[in-house]
Amino acid sequence: MRKVITSLEEVVKQIQDGSSIVVGGFGLCGIPEHLIMKLQEQGTKDLTIYSNNCGVDEWGLGLLLQNKQIKKMVASYVGENKLFEKQFLNGELEVELVPQGTLAERLRAGGAGIPAFYTSTGVGTEVATGKEHKEFNGKTFIMEEGIVADYAFVKAWKADPFGNLVYRKTARNFNPVVATAGKITIAEVEELVGIGEIEPDEIHTPGVYVQHVFAGKDYEKRIERLTTSKKA
Amino acid sequence: MSNGRDKILSRAVKEIEDGMCVNLGIGMPTLIADMIPADVNVMLQSENGLLGIGSYPDADDVDPDLINAGKETVTAKSGASFFDSAESFAMIRGGHIDLAILGGMEVSESGDLANWMIPGKMIKGMGGAMDLVQGAKKIVVIMDHVNKHGESKVKKNCTLPLTGEAVVHILITDMAVFEFTEQGMKLIELQDGVTLEELRNATEATFIVPEQLQ
Repeated sequence: MRKVITSLEEVVKQIQDGSSIVVGGFGLCGIPEHLIMKLQEQGTKDLTIYSNNCGVDEWGLGLLLQNKQIKKMVASYVGENKLFEKQFLNGELEVELVPQGTLAERLRAGGAGIPAFYTSTGVGTEVATGKEHKEFNGKTFIMEEGIVADYAFVKAWKADPFGNLVYRKTARNFNPVVATAGKITIAEVEELVGIGEIEPDEIHTPGVYVQHVFAGKDYEKRIERLTTSKKA
Repeated sequence: MSNGRDKILSRAVKEIEDGMCVNLGIGMPTLIADMIPADVNVMLQSENGLLGIGSYPDADDVDPDLINAGKETVTAKSGASFFDSAESFAMIRGGHIDLAILGGMEVSESGDLANWMIPGKMIKGMGGAMDLVQGAKKIVVIMDHVNKHGESKVKKNCTLPLTGEAVVHILITDMAVFEFTEQGMKLIELQDGVTLEELRNATEATFIVPEQLQ
């Protein structure tokens, strides 16, 4: 099976209206820039998106909001985006807020074939409403379900033609669990290297999870809050 | 006001002990990082996948792939590690983080915390706060004692949606420090210049006053 693709066009074209997509990244760090832009270009609609955040107004998943392509957003924090607020208040956008650790674990579980698990996160809060409660060792937990989506959009630093992936610094964030939770996983990377060029010990995501690999150019890597030391 | 904030921060930094792994919440708690004494060696954790946050980078060392949970550019200190979000919350939920210091909107006398949502205002989301309050070994909340209308934020019951139920161990405000015990909420320190009577007048919650503070 040939995994390396030289254009995202054909793969993204196959994504139908109404699909669910899990998207890696934390804020604007480690987001699959090219996949998001290609999806915006395609105009695919009624999407359910699972991602920790929803970008900012002009960048990242915010681009899909601009285009009104998202029907439902599942995220832990969406406070950086005015468009989000507007569409939510207009009733154009459905929102499910999930605690960050629960979101990560739901993706991990989904990708690992675990349909549900128990966690104490959210017990006694709105998050627990309507969920099964169970006691273990005298402590209360709620049941949360694993997530498997139609597609997974991943950003990595390096890949080989088998789809083995290496991430860089905190741009790793949700990407490794996202990679496991898609029926079809598309990884875009900064550098494509030859098979065998990545030490087996260094691989973060084994290629088995990845169906398509694309080497992107000219990554913008926008910074949300540029903070530097106050040296004189 | 800024004087009050200084009191809160300088008291909060005393909760940090040598050798701890600590998570500092976004906003006011993040400011504590710079106040940790040089001889207190700690690993600061960031939910997005870094244990061992360093100082902010010099302008020419900024790396968009290296940020903290507040989305600020940071550095990694010597001995730091990177990991994915599931691993990050395994650390948190699994009780491996010694201490989390978080901001608060309301704290109740039973140790409930509300700090993520004000109904009627735009929802932003809880981020990692609900996981942290359940998982970290010790939860310290720092906040102003009263809101801008002079109303107590230290309540009998929280009126805002909860982040966690009976999760707070220590509450540090600009007026006092409280500990949450089996017997209830207990005053352990008055901030400089605050009398017990002033504290009582500014506090809706019922609290235990130990003999030495009466």
